[in-house]
Amino acid sequence: MEHYKMNLTLKVWRQKNKDDKGGFITYQVKDISSEMSFLEMFDVLNEKLITEGNDPIAFDHDCREGICGACSMYIDGKPHGPWQGTTTCQLHMRAFKDGDTVVVEPWRANAFPVIKDLVTDRSSFDRIIASGGYISVNTGNAVDGNSLPIEKDRADTSFAAAACIGCGACVAACKNASASLFVSAKIAHLALLPQGDPERKLRAVNMINQMDKEGFGACTFTEACEAACPKEISIDNIARMNREYAMAVLTADGVHQD
Amino acid sequence: MLDAKIPDGPLEQKWSKYKSTCKLVNPANKRRLEIIVVGTGLAGASAAASLGEMGYKVKAFCFQDSPRRAHSIAAQGGINAAKNYQNDGDSVFRLFYDTIKGGDYRSREGNVHRLAEVSANIIDQCVAQGVPFAREYGGLLSNRSFGGTQVQRTFYAAGQTGQQLLIGAYQALERQVALGTVKMYSRHEMLELVVIDGKARGIIARDLITGKLERHFGHAVLLCSGGYGNVFYLSTNAMGSNVTAAWKAHKKGAFFGNPCMTQIHPTCIPVSGEFQSKLTLMSESLRNDGRIWVPKKQNDTRRPNEIPEEERDYYLERRYPAFGNLVPRDVASRAAKERCDAGYGVGTSRQAVYLDYASAIDRYGRIECSKHGIENPTQEEVIHHGKLVVKEKYGNLFDMYEKITGENPYEVPMRIYPAVHYTMGGLWVDYELQTTLPNLYCLGEANFSDHGANRLGASALMQGLADGYFVIPYTIGNNLADDIRTAPIPTTHPAFEAAEQAVAERISRLMSIKGTESVESFHKRLGKIMWNKCGMARNAAGLKEAITEIRSLREEFWKNVRIPGEVFEHNPELDKANRIADFLELGELMAMDALDRNESCGGHFREEYQTEEGEAMRNDEGYMYVSAWEYKEGNQFELHKEPLVYEVVHPTQRSYK
Repeated sequence: MEHYKMNLTLKVWRQKNKDDKGGFITYQVKDISSEMSFLEMFDVLNEKLITEGNDPIAFDHDCREGICGACSMYIDGKPHGPWQGTTTCQLHMRAFKDGDTVVVEPWRANAFPVIKDLVTDRSSFDRIIASGGYISVNTGNAVDGNSLPIEKDRADTSFAAAACIGCGACVAACKNASASLFVSAKIAHLALLPQGDPERKLRAVNMINQMDKEGFGACTFTEACEAACPKEISIDNIARMNREYAMAVLTADGVHQD
Repeated sequence: MLDAKIPDGPLEQKWSKYKSTCKLVNPANKRRLEIIVVGTGLAGASAAASLGEMGYKVKAFCFQDSPRRAHSIAAQGGINAAKNYQNDGDSVFRLFYDTIKGGDYRSREGNVHRLAEVSANIIDQCVAQGVPFAREYGGLLSNRSFGGTQVQRTFYAAGQTGQQLLIGAYQALERQVALGTVKMYSRHEMLELVVIDGKARGIIARDLITGKLERHFGHAVLLCSGGYGNVFYLSTNAMGSNVTAAWKAHKKGAFFGNPCMTQIHPTCIPVSGEFQSKLTLMSESLRNDGRIWVPKKQNDTRRPNEIPEEERDYYLERRYPAFGNLVPRDVASRAAKERCDAGYGVGTSRQAVYLDYASAIDRYGRIECSKHGIENPTQEEVIHHGKLVVKEKYGNLFDMYEKITGENPYEVPMRIYPAVHYTMGGLWVDYELQTTLPNLYCLGEANFSDHGANRLGASALMQGLADGYFVIPYTIGNNLADDIRTAPIPTTHPAFEAAEQAVAERISRLMSIKGTESVESFHKRLGKIMWNKCGMARNAAGLKEAITEIRSLREEFWKNVRIPGEVFEHNPELDKANRIADFLELGELMAMDALDRNESCGGHFREEYQTEEGEAMRNDEGYMYVSAWEYKEGNQFELHKEPLVYEVVHPTQRSYK
């Protein structure tokens, strides 16, 4: 792999706090190595800003290996940038060439208010999980793991849905800011497993109600979420979620809607 | 004298005896007892959820924006359990024995046996929660091998086992949040421990959005705040992983156990430049099928595919025929360093070795072709099918490698090199996971307890969940049963007042330095000292230099650090400064501990103490103890020793040959 250096123009969204109006500021970065990650390029820029006595750009990040779901930059009009199935932290600078202009914004959604610069508040996702994204089993109640065989294909499909990292790219990609891909991934993960069966109706109804309450938009099947998902979660899950919901509402025994 | 409070009786009955005789708290009283949990990784989330289920009033804290982001999520390969589903001779005793031996005889028999006993329950609990473990076509759970063992006892979910286990624990936690038994404080960082009448009774936390300090009372405080590998700057830890909560507790009286015991993981993507912010692990599970080699010729610049089979040195298979590529991590790391130092390294930096999948692809390909009834398959057909199998087992890891390096590991061998990964040391705890400070507990990687001088792969997830799901629910009751008459202490108490003031003063001192050098820059400089002088190989002279250098770096930090922004706003630079200031103190203690331990054991390799073949040489006469350091005013430390007594296992020189 050939390595190279590049100079870039960055247009970055700066916003002091949630009440500030915010706007784009332009920065020049020089001698960026194609081997750097996108966030390491931001580290270089921040180091420069600090040395010059300016306020560095705030952005969420933690594991930097594509699994924690913290990083969340909207790069050139795409959540997590140009690479398919990749988080911002795993995007590397060889995706860009010398002289490029790169525009970086936070996730845009009413349910994800901006905290500062590129940092948003995604606690609405936690509240959706708290509304039913679990199996109610207290510690110590479990039977032997192998007493519950699960067909391999089914287990694999469940696993593929469970791979969601809760980053919110699906919401940021959607023109309606719908959280359907996130919610459906959890509903599908648990509905596909026999352990998840007893609560599946209640879970679907409660999680969807909570999603609406948080102010996420409706799904109109543009498939933008699937294209932006760093874990390539399939929109088949949304179809499954809709079936689960319909089934729960049509056979509403034991389901209490508020 | 340190009392580890190991129950009497035969090893295999200690834990069941403890469980049936420990004191209990009745449900009505549990509702009146408040517990603080700091950190929401596997240990913290599982503890908070379980204690909430039992009826305690729990407050849980994490510095991330959501509890689901804790760094346990990044664990890849798997979790061990003595289920013996493979009928290959596994048992609780074997898991116990492998862990003690893997830890180079520097861990406690009682704790490790308990860990092995509860391992099977963890798998059951996780399956019940819906954790999608890998399964065989018959629908049953699948296992694979991991380093330091000869059985297949590792359960996994592709290369995302930590993620799936953490999400399971997180969901259990969120369920309790919804039920109101747990109150969750995200984007909050513990900056001080509050001690009243010699007992831990609360914390001072900083809201990382507003910058405000908050006081929180708890009858007990649980630190589940992870390891301190980031003291090396470059490590496989998350950027935010830090020692702050544990270090504050240490300075308030909790002893620090075995601080020098750090694990260098053999299979990480090598460093590529000065700008590098973190290192990425390539799961140990890759050593199941991958073969590690270097050229037999020094400074060989040929491409790997141009080097014929007979000119390759599969040095682990050569040196350790019994375990081959699956020797424990410390052994594999040192062997890689030895080859690179001797001039056999590969890649532009020459600080890397190959991890090669060609023969695994061939082997799996032939099995698949046979399954599909393809007779006399062409080499292309074999490779095609082999790649599909490898993709299913390790696909996400291979993708990650390609994104970072730009090379396709299905075609070209991966380049790997050891990197800091885990810390076996941590706050000293007794059998009940209680520190030397009453009512302060420490769980998971943050404590020192179960891994001795080296942790075996797939054991960190096991320990985190064992502590949180199956140990603390019993042991905390044994203590809190005596606390049922203690009414909640109002946070206007002078101890809270003083603790908050100390934090506020330190923050304003940091902000007022207004120097010229960034926090990141100091962190990098500290990391270099630690890696060069307290890393994979250490010696007395280097460690003494490290101590002096860290002291002067610390002084410089407090004179010249530049922290932009304000106190009362979201200010990640200030958050980082608070953490680096603590690493600058911890680093010195790590070097002191490494200097005290005049032997090599596990991950602690003192160059002066090695066998003729370059293996770690323990000194059981002089050092069969846990170092437990007590903090004294002005960064002085006093060493206490907990002797390790082996009643069942007889320590010998570890051999994986």
